[in-house]
Amino acid sequence: MTAKYEDRVVISGVGRSDIGRRLGRSELDLAVQASRDAIRDSGLSPADIDGIIAWPGETPAPSGFTGPAALRVSDALALGPLTYHGAWTEGASQLAGLMAACHAVASGAARHVLVFRSTCEASGQGGGGRSSAHPVDTGGITGHLQWLRPFGAVSAAHWMALMGTRYVHDYGLRPEQLGWVAVNARAHAGLTPYAVYRDPITIDDYLASRIITSPFRLYDCDVPADAAIAFVISAAETAPDLPNPVGVEAIGAAFDGRPYWDQFRHSTDMAAHAAARHLWSRTDLTLDDVDVANLYDGFSFITLCWLEALGFCGPGEAGSYVEGRHNIRLGAKIPLNTGGGQLSGGRVHAHSLLYESCLQVRGECAERQVPGAEVALTSAGAGPLGGTLLVTKAR
Amino acid sequence: MTATPPLPRLTPESDFYWTGGAAGELRILRCRDCRHYAHPPTPLCRSCGSDDLAPEAVSGRGTVWTFTISYQQLLPSLATPYVVGIVELDEQSDLHVTTRLVDVDPDDVAVGMPVEVRFERHDEVYLPLFAPVAQ
Repeated sequence: MTAKYEDRVVISGVGRSDIGRRLGRSELDLAVQASRDAIRDSGLSPADIDGIIAWPGETPAPSGFTGPAALRVSDALALGPLTYHGAWTEGASQLAGLMAACHAVASGAARHVLVFRSTCEASGQGGGGRSSAHPVDTGGITGHLQWLRPFGAVSAAHWMALMGTRYVHDYGLRPEQLGWVAVNARAHAGLTPYAVYRDPITIDDYLASRIITSPFRLYDCDVPADAAIAFVISAAETAPDLPNPVGVEAIGAAFDGRPYWDQFRHSTDMAAHAAARHLWSRTDLTLDDVDVANLYDGFSFITLCWLEALGFCGPGEAGSYVEGRHNIRLGAKIPLNTGGGQLSGGRVHAHSLLYESCLQVRGECAERQVPGAEVALTSAGAGPLGGTLLVTKAR
Repeated sequence: MTATPPLPRLTPESDFYWTGGAAGELRILRCRDCRHYAHPPTPLCRSCGSDDLAPEAVSGRGTVWTFTISYQQLLPSLATPYVVGIVELDEQSDLHVTTRLVDVDPDDVAVGMPVEVRFERHDEVYLPLFAPVAQ
């Protein structure tokens, strides 16, 4: 493999805030807690940070979704001057901001970039059950949501469930297969002290849970949380002086298909496939080298799509692959979503999945540690957006 | 249904889609050069690159490509359960529209079911909904 930009960066620090259902704190407060934790973990000082990136930044969205603008976090941490800042409202998955930080550091535009995701979606949805009020409804809907919201397709659950029904039609996926993704996540969450839901569930609990929108049951949907995760991306040449660097072996990114959630041609027609091809084209490592995988599970069905896209199994085979947990539990060849994923750990939009991957290759996962883990695979996104990363133990 | 669902804003990009129901027509943007339908609308034809596109009435018939039965009350305007569907219109194999499937028992909806359009009026906006083709 010839030189690639990923070789010029490391993930020098990781951090998280308290994580819970309703913490009664602001998104800014949580972002600052996670960011301070990440900077401290990196061995740097705030004065060393010369870039900051938010995902997705402050945009019109349902209450609690976006988190604070990058510059508000910079202000709270008294950072600066900064040579690079931004927010990634568009980009190849929810990890697009982290990828942009890697691009900035690899290009020399900045040396140590702080990236964060902060959300208060649990609090934002209030105490009266889920609300789907969206600021775009005021004054009439424009953009891509106009094709969905007037018909009651107001939640990502609807958009992915439409794909899920078609997949069931094409491949015969059964509920008692899909449910193992959630059962597995909960089992691993029991070993993760900061996961939101930690009591074990069985496949029968899964099958007895109510249907949100067919074919998705309650346990197929990830958990809205109040939480923040942060990373520091640093120039690789600084790694020898830093305590906890994690290598970035390869980044795969894709926008593929049309920028809508109802224009797929086939039930496996997601950008995950193009992102996965991009990832594997950028490394000599293969899936055989991967020790642990933390794959997007905003809905359990998305995890099946990523398993197929990344080559764990063939098209239509992911239901069989996860059934019974034999291939995905701790102790399997490649354990899946060892921190409980978003299904049980809480939704921090893939940042928590990458956080777990980093801790695994650092050997800091205690009871849920995959012995000798050196290579961890992470993925993010669904529909037309896909992003995936391989991180490695520092050498 | 008296409550109002979230409604689109009428803009030059797509107003023909939302108002065609006043004439009983489902209108889709179509390339006048290669005759390819463009939905959601684009200023250039994605098939041939032409910029000569105009809305045309289609048959309003299609088949259910996929669907989901929504049980969670997420909108005050919609009683549950309701059925969201993606309909593949008869005119072109990749011509997909998201809609609500109505006048059907949710448990009877199936992939491949033939459906036809009907309109739900909200002042200027006519939402194209679909129901099983009358036998």
